[in-house]
Amino acid sequence: MAKETGIISWKQLNLGVAITTPGNAAELRTGDWRSQRPETDLETCTKCGMCYIFCPDMVYSKNDEGFYIQNYYHCKGCGICAKECPVDAITMVQEEN
Amino acid sequence: MGKRVGMEVSIAVAEAIGLCNVDVVAAYPITPQTHIVEHLSEMVADGHLDAEFIPVESEHSAMSCCIGSSAAGARTYTSTSAQGYALLSEMCYIASGLRLPIVMNVVNRALSAPISIWNDHSDMMMSRDSGWIQTIAENGQEAVDLTIHAFRVAEDPRVYMPFQVNMDGFILSHMIEPIYMPDKSEVDAYLPSLKPGLRLDPQKPVTFGPVGMPDVYTEAKVAQDAAFRNSKAVILEAWKEFGDKFGRYYKPVETYKAEDAETIIVTMGSLSETAMSAVDHLRDSPDELRMRDGPADLHAGAADRGTLGHPVLFLPGARLDQARRLGEDPRGAHRPLSRALVAANHR
Repeated sequence: MAKETGIISWKQLNLGVAITTPGNAAELRTGDWRSQRPETDLETCTKCGMCYIFCPDMVYSKNDEGFYIQNYYHCKGCGICAKECPVDAITMVQEEN
Repeated sequence: MGKRVGMEVSIAVAEAIGLCNVDVVAAYPITPQTHIVEHLSEMVADGHLDAEFIPVESEHSAMSCCIGSSAAGARTYTSTSAQGYALLSEMCYIASGLRLPIVMNVVNRALSAPISIWNDHSDMMMSRDSGWIQTIAENGQEAVDLTIHAFRVAEDPRVYMPFQVNMDGFILSHMIEPIYMPDKSEVDAYLPSLKPGLRLDPQKPVTFGPVGMPDVYTEAKVAQDAAFRNSKAVILEAWKEFGDKFGRYYKPVETYKAEDAETIIVTMGSLSETAMSAVDHLRDSPDELRMRDGPADLHAGAADRGTLGHPVLFLPGARLDQARRLGEDPRGAHRPLSRALVAANHR
């Protein structure tokens, strides 16, 4: 299958466009679908992990200090985390470009 | 050499499928289905054919089942007809896009309405652009031979494509004809065991049918189209070898007394034999050539026959639009043939 960055020639495609390398969906950059990105105010955050639980794209992961941090490579900007955050620590910020 | 038998053509095709060592037959067993799968189910139940017979709840499920079976690497067969083909057709595009070498007999019967179990080419015309390689049988012997040939071509590593063998409903499917049934050993020698290009295997995971983003979609279709075009050489090669082994040679377009003809009847399927009789008759009594139900201006074209300097095409068919399709290729290949005469209801 094509990398997210470019076109693959028809001569290089697998028979029937099959995928022969398992787990490569992670390579697909869905982050560029985003028009708003979630930003967390660490002063307000209680480390409850609700954003981590509700995120449909597994964008959040826990850092050494116990905060849940976004990986924007896959974040589509759906806003579910901001909606579910019980202390309103997450704000949706307009992307510039 | 095989032996000559008198057999209903549907039964003969089922016997031919048995000779081809199929692993899986998935089919909907009720009308518009034919005796082909009925006989195959008997062969499996009686222990004459070591295959899985999967009776499913619809033709859509039949082809879905075939896709899974073929993707798992099994030699896979189904058969359908008319409205059954219509229901199954959605899955046909998946089978061809995934390059699965499924073989299917379509027993050509009219699409409703009016309800008909008899022959026309509605279903075949509907399947024209599905990406399946197709052949059309003229008689019972061809139905048997082309079905065996279909597995050979579909499973060739240069092809890996589904193959549809058409045979006229009722006129062929329900008639008893004299047929040479090949010996099992001859078919085994002609048809090597299936070596799938890719297959579903837990030890070596493969994803069939993922989403194709726009940057991949066009490339995928170009690849499919190139393989489809390249299949022609394999089809001809497999026909040549079939002829050398079984003594019956085939070619894409057969002609009969066409070289000096003023009118050429273009046909597919069992009508061809009737047309050959008509040609012999009209060569003796040319004044008996009558056209009816064609558009008036084309009738005028028929009056010009013999003065045009090229033959007039005569395209019989149950429906005018389908008959015209039959003329597209010869007209496209030879421009002066553009004044084709289309006639309906000539059977």
